[in-house]
Amino acid sequence: MTGNGDIADHSLAYDVVVVGGGNAALCAAIAARRAGASVIVLEAASKFYRGGNTRHTRNMRCAHDAATATLSGPYTEDEFWDDLLRVTEGQTNEQLARMMIRESKEMLTWIVEQGVRFQPSLGGTLSLGRTNSFFLGGGRAMLNALYLTAERLGVEVHYESEVVALDIDQARFCAAIVRRGERCIRIRGKALVAAAGGFESNIDKLVEGWGEIARNFLIRGTPNNRGTVLDLLLGAGVDSIGDPTQCHAVAIDARAPKYDGGIITRLDCVVFGIVVNNKAERFYDEGEDVWPKRYAIWGRLVAAQPDQIAYIIFDSKSANLFMPSLYPAVAASSIGELAGQLGLDPDRLSATVTQFNAAVRDGTFNPDILDDCHTEGLTPTKSHWARRIDTGPYYAYPVRPGITFTYLGVRVDHEARMMMKGGGPADNMYAAGEIMAGNVLGRGYAAGIGMTIGSVFGRIAGRGAARHAA
Amino acid sequence: MQRSATLTEADRLMTICNSCRYCEGLCAVFPAMEIRRAFTSGDLNYFANLCHSCGACYVDCQFSPPHEFDVRVPAVLAKARRESYADYAWPRALAPLFRSNGLAIALITVLSIAAFILGFVALNDSAALFARRHGPGSFYALMPHNMMALLFGAAFLWAVVAFVNGARAFWNDIGEQASTLARPRPLLQAVRDAASLRYLDGGGVGCYNEDERPNDNRRLYHHLTFYGFLLCFASTSVATLYHYLLHREAPYPFWDLPVVLGTLGGLGIMIGPIGLYAAKRKRDAALMDPASRGMDVAFLAMLVLTGVTGLAVLLLRETSAMGVLLALHLGAVFALFITLPYGKFVHGLYRFMALVRYARERHSAERGEHAT
Repeated sequence: MTGNGDIADHSLAYDVVVVGGGNAALCAAIAARRAGASVIVLEAASKFYRGGNTRHTRNMRCAHDAATATLSGPYTEDEFWDDLLRVTEGQTNEQLARMMIRESKEMLTWIVEQGVRFQPSLGGTLSLGRTNSFFLGGGRAMLNALYLTAERLGVEVHYESEVVALDIDQARFCAAIVRRGERCIRIRGKALVAAAGGFESNIDKLVEGWGEIARNFLIRGTPNNRGTVLDLLLGAGVDSIGDPTQCHAVAIDARAPKYDGGIITRLDCVVFGIVVNNKAERFYDEGEDVWPKRYAIWGRLVAAQPDQIAYIIFDSKSANLFMPSLYPAVAASSIGELAGQLGLDPDRLSATVTQFNAAVRDGTFNPDILDDCHTEGLTPTKSHWARRIDTGPYYAYPVRPGITFTYLGVRVDHEARMMMKGGGPADNMYAAGEIMAGNVLGRGYAAGIGMTIGSVFGRIAGRGAARHAA
Repeated sequence: MQRSATLTEADRLMTICNSCRYCEGLCAVFPAMEIRRAFTSGDLNYFANLCHSCGACYVDCQFSPPHEFDVRVPAVLAKARRESYADYAWPRALAPLFRSNGLAIALITVLSIAAFILGFVALNDSAALFARRHGPGSFYALMPHNMMALLFGAAFLWAVVAFVNGARAFWNDIGEQASTLARPRPLLQAVRDAASLRYLDGGGVGCYNEDERPNDNRRLYHHLTFYGFLLCFASTSVATLYHYLLHREAPYPFWDLPVVLGTLGGLGIMIGPIGLYAAKRKRDAALMDPASRGMDVAFLAMLVLTGVTGLAVLLLRETSAMGVLLALHLGAVFALFITLPYGKFVHGLYRFMALVRYARERHSAERGEHAT
């Protein structure tokens, strides 16, 4: 920690200090300001990169009892709870989760009052058109609206202001120490809302949980989620929740940049082909279930392969069956040539494909259902959508694990107040968003739920923090 | 044919956008993109002309600069649009007029005005230019009506022929069938979309100009310009009917229809373009194609010049300044008409046609037909 002698005191003290600049942080800042508190937002990123992973989101999942202008049907609290229970396999705090789901109903109108606009579900979003509300223009449009509202209300927003230390006395927040260029500034506040995301961009920390293989992971979102604030809080005696060795990982295009490749590097074609490792061997049932239910296991599967790389191989029959993505597929007129381009052993890949083709049992191919195209006598089997790879040109996408978010966070109560290791709530410290998502989302994921956690707990945290100033 | 650097970049961007689709609710460009998987040059020119440059997709994009993916859809489509105008120009020999469009338009205008002044002097004696005149027929003392009608009729005809040929080139390039233009539903939809500037609203909040705060000023000023232009056109048409059908000669009294239409229209084409220019000056450079500036400003200036000189003729038509002002006004209008096919005006033609195509594609999709 920087010695106190180097730190200048910021001239103003604030009622609420919000650390972070994404959906959760802004909802907290707006809610606190609307409750009458003076609020400062400390965002580590520049103005363009503000908002962490919210920039890359697109929708939020809120319960509602009837169809709306932008939602095609009701999504009850019970159904939401059932979905959450299923994806987390029970790793959730029921009291917190049910409270969040209940509050999510009001969020549909509250967030619109803050300037966020929804759009009706269109072509690319149909399967979620009933459960999820889509932001018109996506996550950055949502952020722009929240920032405009916050600034209009008089919230002070500071960019490129990374919090490097927290002054916490017992269970009481006193000040945040912010690095601005070469200088450090102490910003005092009556309450803290920590909404600074997880630690998925901190490769060294990922290595602690996953070992050296984590150096081959790609980070789908912001490079700023380094877990600094999370570490500071846990170091100051706040209780943790969630498995530190777990993260949400999908298989994304291996050619994607190390950070911030976002949605356009994802690949939805696993179910239509075979996936091999760099020994040209298959390693998992590509057609186990429909893609929306399986895409989140492939990051982990590829992470377990040598050099953390794999290749999705398919032929021209499948070339147009899935959403396009940023990089073109590697293409060749024969499997051998394709192997050459990928740096795989041509004989081995040809043998794997031949073996797979021989095991395919013909059925009626239908990409929309669990069809009857499968393999027999092959290990691993391919349960659905198994079609011979025999019609050139042949295609491949190289894939690597792409990390979306981490599960380790701070434990909170139903007021979004942090819980201390010694028991009991913190005095004036609140958390919202990915930094506490593990309370309700201990594992797994359901589309749009990260934004629900951010908005609902952000608003609760902001209101709670504002009460300390009153 | 070798694809231009601009279309290559547009292709790269549309591939990124088609993988993301977050902007699909903002305007017509992204839904049009989504029904395709790969993009021909014609497709990209179609998107470019369908784009109204509201800027929302840039402000909303997580991949716009400084992000390494460098997604700048409004600027790149604006550049593609400008280049497409030259590609569709008829006759081809005049396509270079788009290259230094501001200079070209300015020179043509000056020459046109000079020709009218010299013409007035040549037709009459030089003192006649400064004579005070009253009552019907006073304009035609300087230039006979039939000569005026012939000259402007020819300029108008030239513009129409150039538009028809440009439109055919655009339609061929984007690969749309001629029969689409005979289908009432797409046509009617496109008329509604164009008349309301439906897609210049950033998906509902207004277009973006200098920062991430949307406002609707450009739409307002464009409406003033467009409807002002139509009113001026209506004024001239009514006056022509008066002349030939009712045998009533200009100038007309202040309360008469051609003057009322012309006055309102003249105000529109003065205030509208000035507002658009002011917005353009403040606009974030990242949203624009810098090389289009000359073309854009030249067209705005031509409209203002036409409006100002027209209103000046109206106000000072009984003074000795009338002769010079009339030459100025007629010179400006003549230059405006002969340069319409070689300047910013063509954006209206190609955008309207792109809207017709878009309406047809939506209609086909609803009926389950193949989209393209």
